[in-house]
Amino acid sequence: MALKIVKGSIDRMFDKNLQDLVRGIRNHKEDEAKYISTCIDEIKQELKQDNIAVKANAVCKLTYLQMLGYDVSWAAFNIVEVMSSSKFTYKLQRIGYLAASQCFHESTDVIMLTTNQIRKDLSSPNQYDTGVALTGLSCFVTPDLARDLANDIMTLMSHTKPYIRKKAVLIMYKVFLKYPESLRPAFPRLKEKLEDPDPVQSAAVNVICELARRNPKNYLSLAPLFFKLMTSSTNNWVLIKIIKLFGALTPLEPRLGKKLIEPLTNLIHTSAMSLLYECVNTVIAVLISLSSGMPNHSASIQLCVQKLRILIEDSDQNKYLGLLAMSKILKTHPKSVQSHKDLILQCLDDKDESIRLRALDLLYGMVSKKNLMEIVKKLMLHVDKAEGTTYRDELLTKIIDICSQSNYQYITNFEYISILVELTRLEGTRHGHLIASQMLDVAIRVKAIRVFAVAQMATLLDNAHLLTGNMQRNGICEVLYAAAWICGEFSHLENPMQTLEAMLRPKVATLPGHIQAVYVQNAAKLFATILKSQEGNTDSTAAQDTSQLMIDRLPLFVQSANLEVQERQASCILQLVKYIQKLQQKDVEVAEEVNALFAGELNPVAPKAQKKVPVPELDLDAWINEPPSESESEDEQPKAIFAKEEPKHSRPRHTEVDEKELARQRREARKQEQANNPFYIKASPSSQKVYQDAPGVEHIPVVQIDLSVPLKVPNALPSDDDDKDPNDPHKALDIDLDPLADSEKLPVRSHRAAEAAKSPAEDGETENATSLEPKKKSSKEKREKKKEKDRDRKKSKEEKKKKKHKHEEKEEDLLGGQADEPAVQSEETSEVAAPPTSTSAEVSDLDFWLSNAPVPSNTQDSEPDEPKDAEMEETKSSKHKKKKQKKEKEEKEKKKKKKHHHHHHHSDGGGEESVQNGTVEEEEPLPPMSNYCLLAENSYIKMVYDIQGNLQDGSQVVVSVIFENKCDSFLKSMEFNVLDSLNSKLQRPEGSGPHDGLTVPFQLPPVSNEARFVFTVQSIVMPQKLKGTLTFIVKNEDSSTHEKLDFKLHFTCTSYLITTPCYDAFAKLLESGDLKGSSVRLEGVNMPFHHLLARICFHHHFSVERIDSCASMYSRSIQGHHVCLLVKTSGQTVSIDAKCDEPTLLGNVLDEIKQTFSQC
Amino acid sequence: MIKAILIFNNHGKPRLIRFYQYFAEDMQQQIIRETFHLVSKRDDNVCNFLEGGSLIGGSDYKLIYRHYATLYFVFCVDSSESELGILDLIQVFVETLDKCFENVCELDLIFHMDRVHYILQEVVMGGMVLETNMNEIVAQVEVQNRMEKSEGGLSAAPARAVSAVKNMNLPEIPRNINIGDINIKVPSLSPF
Repeated sequence: MALKIVKGSIDRMFDKNLQDLVRGIRNHKEDEAKYISTCIDEIKQELKQDNIAVKANAVCKLTYLQMLGYDVSWAAFNIVEVMSSSKFTYKLQRIGYLAASQCFHESTDVIMLTTNQIRKDLSSPNQYDTGVALTGLSCFVTPDLARDLANDIMTLMSHTKPYIRKKAVLIMYKVFLKYPESLRPAFPRLKEKLEDPDPVQSAAVNVICELARRNPKNYLSLAPLFFKLMTSSTNNWVLIKIIKLFGALTPLEPRLGKKLIEPLTNLIHTSAMSLLYECVNTVIAVLISLSSGMPNHSASIQLCVQKLRILIEDSDQNKYLGLLAMSKILKTHPKSVQSHKDLILQCLDDKDESIRLRALDLLYGMVSKKNLMEIVKKLMLHVDKAEGTTYRDELLTKIIDICSQSNYQYITNFEYISILVELTRLEGTRHGHLIASQMLDVAIRVKAIRVFAVAQMATLLDNAHLLTGNMQRNGICEVLYAAAWICGEFSHLENPMQTLEAMLRPKVATLPGHIQAVYVQNAAKLFATILKSQEGNTDSTAAQDTSQLMIDRLPLFVQSANLEVQERQASCILQLVKYIQKLQQKDVEVAEEVNALFAGELNPVAPKAQKKVPVPELDLDAWINEPPSESESEDEQPKAIFAKEEPKHSRPRHTEVDEKELARQRREARKQEQANNPFYIKASPSSQKVYQDAPGVEHIPVVQIDLSVPLKVPNALPSDDDDKDPNDPHKALDIDLDPLADSEKLPVRSHRAAEAAKSPAEDGETENATSLEPKKKSSKEKREKKKEKDRDRKKSKEEKKKKKHKHEEKEEDLLGGQADEPAVQSEETSEVAAPPTSTSAEVSDLDFWLSNAPVPSNTQDSEPDEPKDAEMEETKSSKHKKKKQKKEKEEKEKKKKKKHHHHHHHSDGGGEESVQNGTVEEEEPLPPMSNYCLLAENSYIKMVYDIQGNLQDGSQVVVSVIFENKCDSFLKSMEFNVLDSLNSKLQRPEGSGPHDGLTVPFQLPPVSNEARFVFTVQSIVMPQKLKGTLTFIVKNEDSSTHEKLDFKLHFTCTSYLITTPCYDAFAKLLESGDLKGSSVRLEGVNMPFHHLLARICFHHHFSVERIDSCASMYSRSIQGHHVCLLVKTSGQTVSIDAKCDEPTLLGNVLDEIKQTFSQC
Repeated sequence: MIKAILIFNNHGKPRLIRFYQYFAEDMQQQIIRETFHLVSKRDDNVCNFLEGGSLIGGSDYKLIYRHYATLYFVFCVDSSESELGILDLIQVFVETLDKCFENVCELDLIFHMDRVHYILQEVVMGGMVLETNMNEIVAQVEVQNRMEKSEGGLSAAPARAVSAVKNMNLPEIPRNINIGDINIKVPSLSPF
């Protein structure tokens, strides 16, 4: 064996390897193709050998030739052979996969042979084997491969090595594209990977961003998660991706934008160029989506513009991007861009054409009355310097656009005409027509300018030869059209003779026909004015000379090929002038008459002129002519005609019968014809029968379809799909990702024992978590549907009851009671037994997230409203969630019936509908509430804080502190420090000592901003107070002082509670006896019950089920303690019975609740 | 998504092509030619973004390129990628090549196309950015190279001898990619 291998290797000495091939090709520059074809022959020989190493060498060479453009698909099978050489060496296998990734594609038929090989490689114990297989697969995955291997790859997403995990996560995107059905089952795991350490996380972000870019709606619920990543990640790649994603999401959810502004502006302050650029872009997108022009955002805009200025002043690529972003801002906030005019003008001098064009775009939006002329003059300079006609043309159109925008709004003095004249001197521009129309427009609109314009036009006509030098082709001669017309129409000329002469030069005949026509016509106009002025003088010869000039020159035009010139203008006018000459020779004054030919002035019409025309009083409903008389319209009924001669009754009867008969006959005939006509698609015999019986269309019964329950096609998003390419693979990925049913799970292959044990549980959990996510888009429909069903159900119940009444009257009481009872139970259990939630349930509750956390930027004014919103939203969504669950729970009701007897006291109201979360629409609205309480305050700064349990980590709480700068100075170098206790510690970055302070990650201009600090806590059963200090520097224009503010952080027990919907085993929990009870009475509470409940919910993080005057509430601590409350009210007394598995915690929570109500 | 990665020299000769979407071979060549045409006529001091060639994907796509000595590195990407980010990625890729080949030059790319591919595979996978940390990339590449060298033992030894003989005059090859001066201009993504 060994000998054979050695022998094989010695054989290989004489084979070419890749390097030899490359060298050979380089040595045969003249006959490269020929050399390569001999090489291919050699390769074919090598591929026929048994030695796998030789084959691999050949395949390697083929990969190179593929790059040079040679089709190597004929060797596909050999490539598969080399791919499957993993049992020999890694090197060969790698060569095989590389070749495959370069030349396989979906229609390569041998791919299907690779499935098992790839599966084997994926499950190889060597991570690099797996890696190579994943990399290769990412390039040539087909729908079949995706379907077959989806499970294996999903398993790899939880591989122990991050190297494999990141690859597996990335490749999932390709799998989704080819096999969209895998998206739903794989998504929960993909979401999990967002929490992985860096390389894997970045891959997951990458995939989700890519998915979300195409169908952003479905990923809106992930916004809180991404938001968290954005504020915590330090990987710029991840940040860029997330920020780009948010840019796509904000148009769908404006509230998101509000939340984003603050952290984004923070990022802008700190980050690298690429990140900065994306931040600015997203901020702009946010501001556009908000567009309400909130005053607070002018600061962000200003910041963006400043940063863009830095970009623009930087290197070339940044300059280009900066200008690009700047133009986006310009659309909504032109004022803030205008201050950077200098910079933009500077960019016009740039070497790079694309930068110059961008700058031009910007200039368009930046002009004002004051700077217009300055900008235009600058541009004119550039026009002179510009090389290349495209850029110059671009400049020209931009100048005209700038000047003429919104009806010449910015033009004050009419230098514009001279600019236009100047523009005509441009060589080779295509925009003669544009300039001409501008000239005409201005001259007609503005009377005052006409004298000036005419003089300019006259010179233009005089110098026409300059324009026509390389004319026609580039169309600059179009301006002569305007010039001639203006001179003729408004002939206030100093030297009309000269102009007339210019118009009648022989060269004119070379101009395009329509211009000649204008020339001739306007020459005649000019002639008329000249005559008039000359006849005033006594010298009649001058007038005659003019006529003579006309007569001499006009015949030139008579020969013109253009009909307009030849007939209508030239010959007609020639005759006219000849006639005038005759009259002149008889000394008749003709000027008046000639002028009358061209009398009347063309006036501009104001754009609003139409409005001034009074609306004629027209009644469109009234008859214009007398309506035809009634009798006339009924002339088919012959009774009027025949009335005199025949008895009234007989004739109509007759026709009626006749018509009926006729119709029947016609129908018969038609049917006959149809039956005989082979091309007529006949209805089935039965329906034909119906047709026969039915007398007419009116009698075909029309079924009224009740659409109060909208037909809902799952996954259909009709609104934005219209413009998409139907073949777009991403369309298939527009999948609602919310709940997962059990059946949908891709069975996970258990080739790793540990994993198999773990993954189902894991899956289960995430599934449940996702199942809670509110289906936003369909929530309304669902609710309606639900109502409908409820109604139906009630009806049927009533009916049942009625039946029972009839048949079993004796048992009425008993049965009736029972019948009521399960009904109530079913409602209740379903609500109480809301589904289990993992902590991420809350995270995914987008509405809650969006409205709950305060908006740092405008804490002051909007804070009181926000929490209320949150409450409402939460109420709604939880209601909705629960209703969704009802149906499923119904089936279980029988089983649970017995267990829930102790719940009877809940349902005092009998069959009454229960109310969730303490709100009923009719009841008065909740008062505003805020969880932020004062931490400390002095004349410089005010701190308010809120503590919330960390959803991910049972030992952490997050303290959000809003810093509000109360003075006019700048606060910087803020350092937040807390004296740790044994139990609670501030989390500090690695490497810092236990007494070091945390730098607040921003500086504070006179606004407010929020920072979050993470604390680790061990025991959560007792409330705690931590002492701390904030040190900061107050910076004025002239001085800066150190200041310090002491505070006490109060960790209440409620801050360790997390609002968790009552979960499945709530009742079981209460029954199990694991929980210790305790109770408390609140006297003299005079607030509505629902306010009370809302307060507890809000301040103490409970979720609630209310039934009339009592409510059950539930919450869970970050360490998993269950806290259940039963709240009852009677008059002003509220009693709270509570149970918890940790009596100390419960006691403290109750104390805190008591305190909350003692305060109000 | 990255749609294609092309490396070609100042004369438009392809040194590495990697398409993440299928194109037939002649189409690939045409894309290379067109891209070269677009890129080569641009000055070195103009910006590095180009609205994409019509062949490869229309208005959503941009060509982002860098020019190092004799080579152009061109990435064709769609709008989901950050322009400056990709520029940095190219820099990371080139620096990685420089580390793996020890002063990389065009000839390294010519003679070791396969190795360049393997390095690229650690950076970009299936059109998506896989890893941006240069040290991590280099480490993974080196582990794999070591694995390749150590395995086979007996069978590989003669082959190595052969290639040693064949490559005897390679060291004379001028090393001419100089990436040092480019670094300054990169708006660096600091914490890679």
